[in-house]
Amino acid sequence: MNEYKIPELGDYATIPDLDPGSMSHSHPFPAAPEHQTALGFPGELVEDWHDQAIGKLGELLEKSRGLRVFLDSCVHCGACTDKCHYFQGTGDPKNMPVARQDLLRKVYRRHFTPWGKFPLTRWLVGAEDLTEAVLDDWYSYFHQCSQCRRCSVYCPYGIDTAEISMAAREIMDHIGKGQKYCNEIIGKVHKIGNNLGLPGPALANTLEGLEEDILEETGVAVRLPLDEKGADILLVTPSADFFAEPHVDGLIGYAKVFHQAGASWTISTHASEAANFAMFIGSYEQMREIALRIRKAALDLGVKRIVFGECGHAWRVAYSFLNTLAGPFDFLDRNYPIPQHICEYTHDLIEQGKLKLDRSKNDHMTLTFHDSCNVARATRMGDMPGGQFEIPRAIIRACCNNFVDMAPDTIREGTYCCGGGGGLLTDDLMELRVKGAKPRMEALTTVIKESGVTHMAAICAICKSQFSKVMPKYGIGMDRIVSLHQLVGNAIVLDRAGDGSSGE
Amino acid sequence: MGYQVNGTTVAADEEGYITDISQWSRELAAEIAKEEKIEMSDDHWEVVNFLRDYYEEYQIAPAIRVLTKAVKNSMGPEKGNSQYLYELFPYGPAKQACKIAGLPKPTGCI
Repeated sequence: MNEYKIPELGDYATIPDLDPGSMSHSHPFPAAPEHQTALGFPGELVEDWHDQAIGKLGELLEKSRGLRVFLDSCVHCGACTDKCHYFQGTGDPKNMPVARQDLLRKVYRRHFTPWGKFPLTRWLVGAEDLTEAVLDDWYSYFHQCSQCRRCSVYCPYGIDTAEISMAAREIMDHIGKGQKYCNEIIGKVHKIGNNLGLPGPALANTLEGLEEDILEETGVAVRLPLDEKGADILLVTPSADFFAEPHVDGLIGYAKVFHQAGASWTISTHASEAANFAMFIGSYEQMREIALRIRKAALDLGVKRIVFGECGHAWRVAYSFLNTLAGPFDFLDRNYPIPQHICEYTHDLIEQGKLKLDRSKNDHMTLTFHDSCNVARATRMGDMPGGQFEIPRAIIRACCNNFVDMAPDTIREGTYCCGGGGGLLTDDLMELRVKGAKPRMEALTTVIKESGVTHMAAICAICKSQFSKVMPKYGIGMDRIVSLHQLVGNAIVLDRAGDGSSGE
Repeated sequence: MGYQVNGTTVAADEEGYITDISQWSRELAAEIAKEEKIEMSDDHWEVVNFLRDYYEEYQIAPAIRVLTKAVKNSMGPEKGNSQYLYELFPYGPAKQACKIAGLPKPTGCI
């Protein structure tokens, strides 16, 4: 692994000195031929990659009016330049959102605008050919965008760099230049049902173990049902919730909430994954195939509701796209949101006074909350604007006595990416992940110092894994990141009559 | 990349995970551990053996909770926690211990 310097933290984000080319060495591992072909992409770089790439770009422009508008409308005003966490952490000017967009924009201009097509005016509009060097830049720098969309909040035209990086990755997949991390994982979802490759028997064994743990800890038989036909609620949650820490503490929290609510619920082996990495690679077809697993599970199990666990981009796919990808969901109960976020579910119960919460159980912690990018900027919770910010905070306040927000320009719609989103949560991009976490680490360190914050809660599996990995690099213990529903699980008083039954 | 064991080369992927799990042996594990700068103690071996047994049965590495519980049962409560597992395998029990045990790398949001 490369030696690299951990960025020094200031009290607040500052514009770094430019360090051109400092991240040009950062490339994710390429997808192996078998990872590519399993998704219907060519195994390796095709011979006529240039023409195919231009052809694919043309196809995407036909399909997505948004992409064309984003490529056309930039006026290089510079508002976005210092808004990207990867730019702030690396100083590499190609990590300025406008520069990242321009990697694709210059090729777009060359082939799809009159001034770019005409040799004498080409230089005027910054049109360039797609050369091997440009393609290498694409592979490097479109894998230095976590598609968090922070830059688009500050862009006066609302240009969405995520859409551009998704399109670039889609083009690269189609010419045989895919990324190992995402494509291997998507293949596992198709084959086994989740990102981990956790087969049904292992999932059953894991859930049984968790039931034993909860019983031992609380004396209450809280169930984690699997593939129970006729259950009311299907919980679709990231497979990291079954596997990793602190994710699993969140899963235990959901189970306790369902238990206390007397809900009949189930997890499905077929749809044992909320994540949908196909969004990261910009593949509508793959995204649809993954989403259809949820539809099939819901139909097979005969559930009335679908609830999503703590996963940031999954909630984007669920909230924004699920109905068009895999709908209509007219077989579900329309008295509830379709689909519903676990935070909405828990919050409703709190509002109705159906959960008894003992805040003192979390008194050993002072919490802050990390808004996950996809939840913050691509979705909503509840029925009021900003519900995706208010509902998680309301849950924390209901479960904890000590809560402090981080600096205003680092939370809510201005939240920083954890540094590992968008299909970059892989060990081969560790330098990028560490550096990209800098703005969040800065804001967190400030509230640790000034307000005695001890822990940060999150509602995204990627955020949780990323933070537990990179926080130690900044002198913060890996156990300082917690699941939001872990706090609920700590505080909840389990006193429902008829404990141990599968529900009412 | 690959590892040299008893005069033969065992192939591995870019990150050092062997590509054919049937080629695993204790000698190979020791070799991988050396690359990872880990001195294998009895406790390390116990974890590696548990991972291999679990994989044999379930075709996946155990979840961290399953692993800590197994460690707790065999090595005692003071060792049955993720902190101890991180002491044994600083890069993370799931990924580093799996590599030494010859298992595929766990993937996903972990």
